[in-house]
Amino acid sequence: MITAPVTVPEREHYLNASYGLKSWLLTKDHKRIALLYLATITFFFFLGGLFAVMIRLELLTPQGDMVQSETYNKLFTMHGVNMVFFFLLPAIPATLGNFLVPLMIGARDLAFPKLNLASWYIFTIGGLFTLYALLSGGVDTGWTFYTPYSTTYSNSFVIATALGIFIAGFSSILTGLNFIVTIHRMRAPGLTWFRLPLFIWSHYAASLIMVLGTPVIAVTIVLLAAERAFHIGIFDPAIGGDPVLFQHLFWFYSHPAVYIMILPAMAVISELVAASARKRVYGYEFVAYASVAIAVFGFLVWGHHMFVSGQSVYAGLVFSVLSYLVAVPSAVKVFNWTATLHKGSIALETPMLYTFGFIGLFTIGGMTGLFVAALGLDVHVHDTYFVVAHFHYIMVGGTIMAYLGGLHFWWPKITGRMYPEILAKLSALVVFIGFNLTFFPQFILGYLGMPRRYHAYPDEFQVLNVMSTAGASILAVGYLLPMCYFIWSLRYGKIAPDNPWGAVGLEWQTLSPPPVENFDEIPIVTHEAYDYVSLPNGSVTPKKEANVR
Amino acid sequence: MSEQSLSEHSISTTSYYLVFLALMVGTALTTWIAYLDLGWLNTPVALGIACTKAMLVVLYFMHVKHGTKLTKIVAVSGIFWLLLLLGFTMADILTRGWLGFPGK
Repeated sequence: MITAPVTVPEREHYLNASYGLKSWLLTKDHKRIALLYLATITFFFFLGGLFAVMIRLELLTPQGDMVQSETYNKLFTMHGVNMVFFFLLPAIPATLGNFLVPLMIGARDLAFPKLNLASWYIFTIGGLFTLYALLSGGVDTGWTFYTPYSTTYSNSFVIATALGIFIAGFSSILTGLNFIVTIHRMRAPGLTWFRLPLFIWSHYAASLIMVLGTPVIAVTIVLLAAERAFHIGIFDPAIGGDPVLFQHLFWFYSHPAVYIMILPAMAVISELVAASARKRVYGYEFVAYASVAIAVFGFLVWGHHMFVSGQSVYAGLVFSVLSYLVAVPSAVKVFNWTATLHKGSIALETPMLYTFGFIGLFTIGGMTGLFVAALGLDVHVHDTYFVVAHFHYIMVGGTIMAYLGGLHFWWPKITGRMYPEILAKLSALVVFIGFNLTFFPQFILGYLGMPRRYHAYPDEFQVLNVMSTAGASILAVGYLLPMCYFIWSLRYGKIAPDNPWGAVGLEWQTLSPPPVENFDEIPIVTHEAYDYVSLPNGSVTPKKEANVR
Repeated sequence: MSEQSLSEHSISTTSYYLVFLALMVGTALTTWIAYLDLGWLNTPVALGIACTKAMLVVLYFMHVKHGTKLTKIVAVSGIFWLLLLLGFTMADILTRGWLGFPGK
């Protein structure tokens, strides 16, 4: 699929329009801000990964022989906090979303460029607070900060960590707000809602969650800090509070937060499937509505995290039924992607390998989600490694596979360079094997009864734990490889053509890398998304349309 | 994507002062009733005053009263989502003990 390198004369684009640290730190260009996010979240990803390595090394042997239990508590807490709040939540929206939303809708930038830059600064400041907590001694509550432990008993840096998350939350709200306004107000002429790429629909749905849900976690964190510092009696039953109320408030945001992670991942997969199969996504409208349905239903299921918390059985039943409902729009997407591939002209480039990985792993993660949504079964597997495996299949097998697939797919557009295809395919394979070897044994461990959050375990669990640790080391190699060859490609990669995949999205109709203002002329859209029948070569420019070059 | 600028329906300065006055009266009222024992009405009355004040701020200071339909939908969505949070949380809290043994 990759055409011969095109000799591109030196021309101005967003990467060479200005130089120096100041030009980056004060930029209002959504593309540069996306790269600032990329660098920041990559740092947090590897920091969170470092904690994961230490966790897996500790679990190599049944005895707690590498770290004390208190240290182990801090390791899994810092792993969760780093990965959830400072990597997974912003991973796709703040990087690929930031870069691509204006390009895909034919706009010159997001609606509020200064707010966009501010959101990166806010995110970074939030991250620094968390780093401060880490360097000062860490936090040991688990990423969920459950009361009463977090409010009354923990002697670690709960408030500093929570404050970091509180601050970073505002970044998420601002990004969501920016996307919503941009998608409503700045679409190119002719780009109606049902001509929008599904990437945009999913980001719109995820943005709704960011704006509607994130303020609730902010309030919850403030209440947590107030309870810990001043004992105001919100969550402490000794002074009239209810510890389960914390879980309601926490999960009202934190369950939909999973959809902030997975909806943008689905956004990427829809684009990759269509471009690789060279077909319109089957049931486009259903997939678009499914994104919104996931965002709405996602707010109604939080109580499935609380089946054994003391929540009433009646509420448990309601949340269980609603949790099954949210599987329907998710399944719509999986079936429709698969149907799109049917009789498609499938190109097995690296992005498609990650897409296959996503579909398989997300399906396993989703199906095991139905297990834990069942009231009776959840009692058996609650707080075991079954749950750990389930949510890693969604968050890592889902979101990170899509993130990596998306990075490979749009890398030529972002940097103007191609990555080494063979090495990239190898890396996709290594990630897939490493991931499954790490997390599949954890399903079995959990079903056999190994609880999470302990640094020691009975001898009979060792074989599966050794498999998991071995898988983690393979997975680490799989993650390091792309970082190495992406950096290598910046200097030595082949010059990328403007549209190496022959895709039809507006982002492919401009230059690689794009000019500062994205398009010389705002494109006029006359085709629906993924119209590979009318536009077999991916170009929307030749006949009736304004030339966007 | 119809355009409707806020300036087309600018709110008069008098209205702002009146709303500000109403907010101050609401604050004084909240303080006053805090010293009264209204029995089971303590919380509903305090919340009622707070909600009225919040509504005034949203409608006038945040210009929702004269905003576009989309702006109104956004404001109502926020309230709806708050009701979801409160409703489903109460679905747990109000039904604890239905099975007649502790914690269920």
